[in-house]
Amino acid sequence: MKYDDNIESALTQIAVRLHGDYRLSKRMIGLLLLQDDAEIHNVVREQEGMEYKSILDIIQQTKSQYSHSPNYIITMARQAECNSILSDVVSNLFKRKRGIAESLSRLMMNPWTGIPILLVVLYFGIYQFVGVFAAGTVVDWIEGVLFGDAESGYILPYVTRFFETIIPFRFLQELFVHDYGIITLGIRYAIALILPIVGAFFIVFSIIEDTGYLPRLAMLVDRMLKWIGLNGRAVIPMILGLGCDTMATLVTRTLETKRERIIATFLLALGVPCSAQQAVFIGILSQNSTALLLWISVVVGELLLVGYLSAKALPGDQPSFYMEMPPLRLPKITNVLTKTYSRMQWYLLEVLPLFVIASVFIWIGRLTRIFDLVIAGLQPIVRTIGLPNNVAEPILYGFFRRDYAAAALYDEATGATGLTGNEFLVAAVVLTLFLPCIAQFLIMVKERGVKATLMMAVAILILAFGTGFLLTKALNIFGINLSLGG
Amino acid sequence: MDISEPAQELLEKLWTDLEETQRDSISLNALGLDKNASEISELVDLGLILFPKEMLLKFTDEGRTEAEKAIRRHRLAERLLSDILETKHQLIESAACKFEHLLYEGMDESICILLGHPKVCPHGRPIPPGECCRKEKEVGSRLVAALADLNPGQDGKIAYVQAKESQEIQKLMAIGILPGTPINLIRRFPSYVFQVGNTQYAVDREIADEIYVRLENREK
Repeated sequence: MKYDDNIESALTQIAVRLHGDYRLSKRMIGLLLLQDDAEIHNVVREQEGMEYKSILDIIQQTKSQYSHSPNYIITMARQAECNSILSDVVSNLFKRKRGIAESLSRLMMNPWTGIPILLVVLYFGIYQFVGVFAAGTVVDWIEGVLFGDAESGYILPYVTRFFETIIPFRFLQELFVHDYGIITLGIRYAIALILPIVGAFFIVFSIIEDTGYLPRLAMLVDRMLKWIGLNGRAVIPMILGLGCDTMATLVTRTLETKRERIIATFLLALGVPCSAQQAVFIGILSQNSTALLLWISVVVGELLLVGYLSAKALPGDQPSFYMEMPPLRLPKITNVLTKTYSRMQWYLLEVLPLFVIASVFIWIGRLTRIFDLVIAGLQPIVRTIGLPNNVAEPILYGFFRRDYAAAALYDEATGATGLTGNEFLVAAVVLTLFLPCIAQFLIMVKERGVKATLMMAVAILILAFGTGFLLTKALNIFGINLSLGG
Repeated sequence: MDISEPAQELLEKLWTDLEETQRDSISLNALGLDKNASEISELVDLGLILFPKEMLLKFTDEGRTEAEKAIRRHRLAERLLSDILETKHQLIESAACKFEHLLYEGMDESICILLGHPKVCPHGRPIPPGECCRKEKEVGSRLVAALADLNPGQDGKIAYVQAKESQEIQKLMAIGILPGTPINLIRRFPSYVFQVGNTQYAVDREIADEIYVRLENREK
């Protein structure tokens, strides 16, 4: 296509001065230079040396001919060309009809109807399907019946006996089997526990994604997320975090600025509970609706407050929000399954090795008695926030497998020397806020660097224990005594 | 105040030069003028400029206000010519120079309201806000308004996009927000949702403030 005379003559003049090797046509290079493409400017500056200055003069000269940037002129010319081609061949551009989809779309975008819709989606999609069905029914079967433990079940008894036969030393056996071995803990944890939960979550997420609901959710919460230094776009990693924080941390790559990526990573690590954690906490806390509400509001409040403060503290501009609202569609089952499959595949390839590493760490930590030291060191802190000594162990192990801590707490809560309702709530809040699991931690190092990750870790430790301390005090002051039956 | 056209032009030139250099005085040499030029003595007589030092020129407070008003008229005229009268870009500058002299006191205000209180001229330079912008007076009917000021259901065509950074404009152009394209606002809260062509977008207040729309049906 041809542009107007000013642009064309500039293109000719620039082409004469280009001698380097660019792979693109000289005309293309000229157009990109006129449009102030930073990358092409760098390449041309390197390749042309002295000539670059005269090229800049030509661009300057061209710019002075217009009241708009050449980029604008070029885009408008292209648009006009498009329109003239289209007008010859397209007779009836379909208009978006005000059908059911469009009406539903508008209901989703109206806060009065949109927020109830969101709650319904979360209740059925996350709570019922992921929490109750996958984390309850499915996990019980795979973990309890299929894997079993050293004595019963279909897999573990044989594996345990196998390793006991080929390895004569107990401490080496423990690397693979028994309570914290690579197979009993790492592999079993990843496959029997996390895989079904995360898999169910991925199914729900893929369905939600394919309907086109996410952009509507993004526009609904944009104002709220702006408040904590993010924008509507961040809703996608945040919702993913409810499934698996490790994957969500990877997805923060899609955010525009470094500032947003740091805030999102930090909030995911601090207080977005992954599905494994939710399953256990909600399971126990739902026996007492006050406890459940307190847990949710303390964690959400903490996220908002910390997000607000980090948005104030971190330099950089508030990014602007814009997003396409695609029409709502019924998801195709094949697409949902393909997506879920590829996400599960990613999960097994990326996350499974990290759980194996975690098992090795636990093995070393126990063998060298470093863990005993850390637990002893944690106990005074745990006592300070008003919890019994034996909570220290679940807190440490919680770093290696997030739900382990919750499950261990469950034993404490229901055992003879059990935790009181108040203690369980405080422990649940501390563990939700506490350092993420080791898989997420390693991804954070990979994505944000060692320094930023360590700073976040320190902040999280202080916030988690500090909140636990204040919560205990607050419960005492207001004389709240929660009881968890069963 | 009655000022001759050359003196008026000098006033505006002084204002833009000071705006660009961010200083409060300018040398006569930079203006390429002689101290005895008739327009200079006219402005000095009117008490609009003064010489703090030999060969150095400065506004008086009154002069700065007067110049600001002139600039405002000029840039509003440019906006009017390009957005409403759709004058060719190459002609705007010269037409605006003539046009601004027709905008007497008060008329600039009506035009400013008509154009939805534009913040920059077509060249991207800021338009000094007038009394009406500060009060955001919404009297009379408007022809152009920021997307953020439209009512849901209102139709129009995109008049222009005004953004601080060219990157931002590029982003918006890439998603099809181009002058001349029909646009329809669907809702204002919690984000601005609008339809352009066959596509719907949601944007925040900042972006909705940058898209100026030429209104078509003026209901409500």
